[in-house]
Amino acid sequence: MGKRIAKEVSIAIAEAVKQCRVDVIAAYPITPQTHIVEHLSELVANGELDAEYITVESEHSAISACLGSVATGARTFTSTSSQGLALMHEILFIAPALRLPVVMVVANRALSAPISIWNDHGDIMAERDIGWIQTFAENGQEAVDLVYHAFRVAEDRRVMFPAIVNIDGFTLSHMIEPIELPDQEQVDRYLPPFRPRYKLDPRKPLTMGPVGIPEIYTEAKKAQDEAFKNAYRVILKAWDEFEEVFGRRYRPVETYRMEDAEVALLIMGSLAETAMTAVDRMREAGKKVGLVRLRLWRPFPLRDFVKAVKGLKVLAVIDRALSPGATGGPVGTEVRSALYQVPGRPRVVNFIAGLGGRDVTVEDFEEMADRAYVYMKKKPKEPYEMIGVKE
Amino acid sequence: MIEVRLHGRGGQGAVTSAELIAVAAINQGKYAQAFPSFGPERRGAPVQAFVRVSEHPIRTREKIYFPDVVLVLDPSLPSIVKVTSGLKEDGWVILNSHKSEKELREMLGWQGKMAVVDATKIALEELGLPITNTTMLGAFLAATGLVDQGYLEEALEERFGRLAEKNKKALARAIKEIKIYQ
Repeated sequence: MGKRIAKEVSIAIAEAVKQCRVDVIAAYPITPQTHIVEHLSELVANGELDAEYITVESEHSAISACLGSVATGARTFTSTSSQGLALMHEILFIAPALRLPVVMVVANRALSAPISIWNDHGDIMAERDIGWIQTFAENGQEAVDLVYHAFRVAEDRRVMFPAIVNIDGFTLSHMIEPIELPDQEQVDRYLPPFRPRYKLDPRKPLTMGPVGIPEIYTEAKKAQDEAFKNAYRVILKAWDEFEEVFGRRYRPVETYRMEDAEVALLIMGSLAETAMTAVDRMREAGKKVGLVRLRLWRPFPLRDFVKAVKGLKVLAVIDRALSPGATGGPVGTEVRSALYQVPGRPRVVNFIAGLGGRDVTVEDFEEMADRAYVYMKKKPKEPYEMIGVKE
Repeated sequence: MIEVRLHGRGGQGAVTSAELIAVAAINQGKYAQAFPSFGPERRGAPVQAFVRVSEHPIRTREKIYFPDVVLVLDPSLPSIVKVTSGLKEDGWVILNSHKSEKELREMLGWQGKMAVVDATKIALEELGLPITNTTMLGAFLAATGLVDQGYLEEALEERFGRLAEKNKKALARAIKEIKIYQ
């Protein structure tokens, strides 16, 4: 079995990528970057990882190189953050449409301006519609485990979509904590070699990425959307198999102390751990509060989500990103829409918290739950509220 | 759960010290988190690093506001940073200083538990450099006993390789020369 070690989460992720026997890493090595690709470059330079490491002049080039690489049938990885992810934007849409299963870890950080290097989900929420599989990690162990899962799912012939594993910048990326790294044998058992049906090969020429004239563009997009929805089953199955091999169980939607809950907090990412502590405290005080966490963000786990919030009176959705002028944060609007057709749905209230590295404390979560209790009886005036704003 | 805040200056190894405490605790079978005060890194500027150690899985990602232990690596910091800020009443402040108990208590306005060692002197004699982070780990061990010396030494060996020996000596001297004021 695996070994329990004390590692910075970024370094552990790099070790996991190595265990996935990645062929190519293309990355822009300057800020905003993570220790993930820094450590991978050391592993390649030391001869511990037999892979091509391509340093490029921008994130736009990094993701472009990744697409070319995976198109030839090479297992490919990259990592970035904040403005770097934004610079990839144009190319990110191309990967799923061409069914190129790149795997990327994004250390979620705020976008400028004001200039910020700190954690929120502004960078990734701007990439909500790129068509990649997206998961959010709660802690270092999960971050590592989601990397194995991402390769396993993305490269599955029934899927063939790129995947992003989101980890909170700093609060996860720079955290040293205990992580169990599995044995290489376990990873090999879980992750078969990458064998795409179609690949760029001069001996067998084919075209990828031709023009989609109006007569076929809609059909191409319909096919992409259907295939993406169908990926859901494989995502679940790959988590079942993960449990068989590694002994840890993951689901697209996780719940905590939801038995008889009237109010629940909903959050994605590492702050769920702080929220659990808040839920424990509120339960001790006799409040019927629970927690829902979305691990899988795209494709959205609609049915499992609806099941998880059944019976609630109020669902307090906490967004880590602002969508200016919208009717809520990105997760808030998503959840409201998901529940609109559901009879007896809970009231959805939406809070924006933890922008640009602002700490979200146990007390903050308690305050949000308290406000949710108030909104059980009276409708909120605004579609969303920001938490912790200094007056 | 014990929460520790380390104060140092950029380049003095406060983050490394935090990491070494966490590595020792985790290798000992405990749970721990170590993290820097996230932000741009500037050599010489006052910096902080944090450690949590617990017998149980740690379920919070908050910053540390009310530490049980404050470990100060640089003797010039207490006069410019309020190092006892948020420190629990029964908490420890552990200082690198050659000053007397009376002088330090007056400067800090702190009547609680205090441990003091002249780590700069030890580091200069043992390492030839005024880098006090590993010496202050000795002070930390002597005052709190939060992790085992053996595991901490192992962490040092893993981190510093052939330089570990000198650092272990500095650490051991701090344990011997520390002055504890309860």
